[in-house]
Amino acid sequence: MTKPSGIAVKFSRVSRHFGAVRAVDGVSFEIQDGEFFSMLGPSGSGKTTCLRLIAGFERPDAGNIVIHGANVEGVPPYQRDVNTVFQDYALFPHMTVSGNVEYGLMIRKVAAAERRRRSQEMLELVKLESMGERKPNQLSGGQRQRVALARALINQPSVLLLDEPLGALDLKLREQMQEELKALQRQVGITFIYVTHDQGEALSMSDRLAVFNQGRIEQIGAPAEIYEHPATAFVAGFVGVSNVCTGELARRLTGSAQAFAIRPEKIGMIAVPEQGPDGWLSITGRVRVVTYHGATTRYAIALDGGGELAVMQQNAGDGAVFANIGEPVKLTWSRHLNQPLAEGT
Amino acid sequence: MRSEAAGQARHGTRAGLSLKAGALLGVAFLHVPLAFIILYAFSTEDKSFVFPLPGLTLKWFAVAWDREDIRSALSLSLQVGAVSTVVAMLLGTLAAAAVWRSKFFGREAISLLLILPIALPGIITGISLRSALNLADIPFSSFTIVIGHATFCIVVVYNNVLARFRRSSPALIEASMDLGANGLQTFRYVVLPNIATALLAGGMLAFALSFDEVIVTTFTAGQQTTLPIWMLSELVRPRQRPVTNVVAVFVIAVTFIPILLAFYLTRDTHEVAGSGK
Amino acid sequence: MLYLHPKLLLALLLGPPLIWLGVIYLGSLFALLLQSFFYIDDFSGNIVREFSLATYEQLFTRANGDIFLRTSVMAAAVTAAAALIAFPIAYYMVRYASLKVKAALYLAVMLPLWSSYLVRVYAWKLILAKEGIVSWFAERMHLTWLLDAVLSIPVIGGPSLSISYIGSFLVFLYIWLPFMILPIVAALERVPASLTEASADLGATPKQTFRKVILPLAFPGVVAGSIFTFSLTLGDYIIPGIIGNSRPFIGQAVYQFQGTAGNIPLAAAFTVVPIVIMAIYLTIARRLGAFRAL
Repeated sequence: MTKPSGIAVKFSRVSRHFGAVRAVDGVSFEIQDGEFFSMLGPSGSGKTTCLRLIAGFERPDAGNIVIHGANVEGVPPYQRDVNTVFQDYALFPHMTVSGNVEYGLMIRKVAAAERRRRSQEMLELVKLESMGERKPNQLSGGQRQRVALARALINQPSVLLLDEPLGALDLKLREQMQEELKALQRQVGITFIYVTHDQGEALSMSDRLAVFNQGRIEQIGAPAEIYEHPATAFVAGFVGVSNVCTGELARRLTGSAQAFAIRPEKIGMIAVPEQGPDGWLSITGRVRVVTYHGATTRYAIALDGGGELAVMQQNAGDGAVFANIGEPVKLTWSRHLNQPLAEGT
Repeated sequence: MRSEAAGQARHGTRAGLSLKAGALLGVAFLHVPLAFIILYAFSTEDKSFVFPLPGLTLKWFAVAWDREDIRSALSLSLQVGAVSTVVAMLLGTLAAAAVWRSKFFGREAISLLLILPIALPGIITGISLRSALNLADIPFSSFTIVIGHATFCIVVVYNNVLARFRRSSPALIEASMDLGANGLQTFRYVVLPNIATALLAGGMLAFALSFDEVIVTTFTAGQQTTLPIWMLSELVRPRQRPVTNVVAVFVIAVTFIPILLAFYLTRDTHEVAGSGK
Repeated sequence: MLYLHPKLLLALLLGPPLIWLGVIYLGSLFALLLQSFFYIDDFSGNIVREFSLATYEQLFTRANGDIFLRTSVMAAAVTAAAALIAFPIAYYMVRYASLKVKAALYLAVMLPLWSSYLVRVYAWKLILAKEGIVSWFAERMHLTWLLDAVLSIPVIGGPSLSISYIGSFLVFLYIWLPFMILPIVAALERVPASLTEASADLGATPKQTFRKVILPLAFPGVVAGSIFTFSLTLGDYIIPGIIGNSRPFIGQAVYQFQGTAGNIPLAAAFTVVPIVIMAIYLTIARRLGAFRAL
């Protein structure tokens, strides 16, 4: 199964409107072959619409979409070499699990024996070997999810689209499925395009991700790049938690009015009389809120002179809080950790 | 459907005996007159409705079967029922698919239009059709009967199929297309199996409705006699009362069966067929 | 390819049923209403196809007014009685009956709804006949005096139950009862159990909960059912013909006019009255939320 390596999907200034709403607004990007690419954003940001444009359920109002070198304008979904795992799995309720998995092969008139063999293979791949004769309504959420996966993968698409597939699962199951999906993608080697609103998911699974906001992409890059160097205030705030310092606060801290973001976990807390390392920024304040998150503890620090910063500390020791509500603390961190933000974000 | 435990948990006490008795009696009473009809079909007295019955006999069943007019009325009712049901199934499914898939202007108007033939009194539908057919110079025949029946049967199928559509996910059609099936294949492999039982249930109800209908039929028939028309004329000018009763027994049987089937087909869904006309 | 042209697909789906209903049904209705503006020439007895309100004037005679009044009062009475009887039955079915009993009751109510209209009317003719079951029963229970007393009530009484308004009232009520029960069942089912629990939690007695929470929420179902009972009584001509005195209802009048009299314009004008009444009724019903309960 050698696929040409290169660009799997390319969007060039694609737009899609629904009435007055610009669901996708002049979006351009490229997805490499064999990548695990995530499209991350809040509801209504356009990520799902982009997915549907790739699948063929929507037609762009402007721009064009190229899949593996071929322009797919006017090509209906059943003729694209793309398969989708739907958010609610969309398993055919009147067919057995095997029937569902074999569906794509049946449509292409693959012989029954061959279909059987390949669907059994697929079910083994997703660890559901013994479930072939069950009906979807007899399966748990996680099992249905895997059937949907098998049903899509059996057709050996060049691109697999996943539309928030883990949304309906509980936390533990979701984390387990994330690992399995990532491993599966590496094993099968095809391009996965994954839509989610969960930034933790996107960060942990993707090779690269695109952050969507109101129909546009604010930033594309590898997870670490996006997290450590957010380009805009939106990305800083949506991917992880961030402090955004602008105007007067920025000037107080750094001496210049350039807006920047600083992650709560990068900020160190010391007692007021102590000094941070040379060249580091520092500012004093009082603890306003303390929230315990198990592995970490978060503090909201009301700064002397106005403004507030969020600080996060790992509970590495015996879980004692660094400072209680109302107590004074000094915050200090290295200047180079400040992420400058684009104008007007 | 709530479990029995939940049902009892909703009310600390069980239903008062009077409410329970009243409800059960009330529903039973709906069927008592039918029981009497069946009883009278065995009566030896053929001139009046005297009670108690003077005697019991089976002879009227044979007499009924020998009557040519009854047999041809029955045959016509069955034919008209079959054809109207098929037309109603076709048009009702199309309308249900349209209303389910798209949000278009006038959706509510469509629902109203579909329900009008059944919501307005039958006589209005009847004479409208009759005078329209007169104006168009179309002669009355079984064909015109079918036109009338199909018209008010559409909504029956429509309701059932739409309810089933509403319970299924639109993503199913997209999933099918995503996996390589075009429109026709999607309909055949995914849509149709999904609505099959609802469609069938709607069809059964439509058949029962058509088989039993008399008002619109009277106006759209020419010289033809369906079973209800036959029965109506017997009611007004009785010839052999017990024979009428035998036919009544038969009508009860023939209409009960499709309804039972429709109920059975949809009983484990939330939308039981026939829950509303 | 149709998939990419949703409007075309919609037209193909909606077209056939719309054309059928539009042309056949609406077309006929329109044709009928059109004829109400024609009139019968007194001399020739033919229909004159000229626009005129002469036929409508005929609606305002005393006799015709009586017909409308008679039918409307009967329809209202039947509707009220049906609501009163149907509600407890529906209430029991939804709130108290176990699953099996409920399914059986549901089926039992549904069966007569869809079948045997004539048979059931006929059955009542047997039951109400002078020599029939009711008389026999009254005799056995020594209640014949009661029966006679009821029959001698002016206006609604008569020589026998099968020739009286009481008789037709009973039959109407019996025939349309399932039409009232099922929408109420549907409406009651839509009242989540959590609402009654919340009401109790906030201190209301079961009676108060019923009056203030359940009844108002079930009311659209009652209205929905009443649409059928009212409309069907308004237009029925068979039941009053078989069980009733000879004073006509709207349905019978229409039947007579279009039949041997050949007076289609008057028949058409007559039907306008129930159509208008139902239009008003439906608008009010819609306001009261009945359409969501259908």
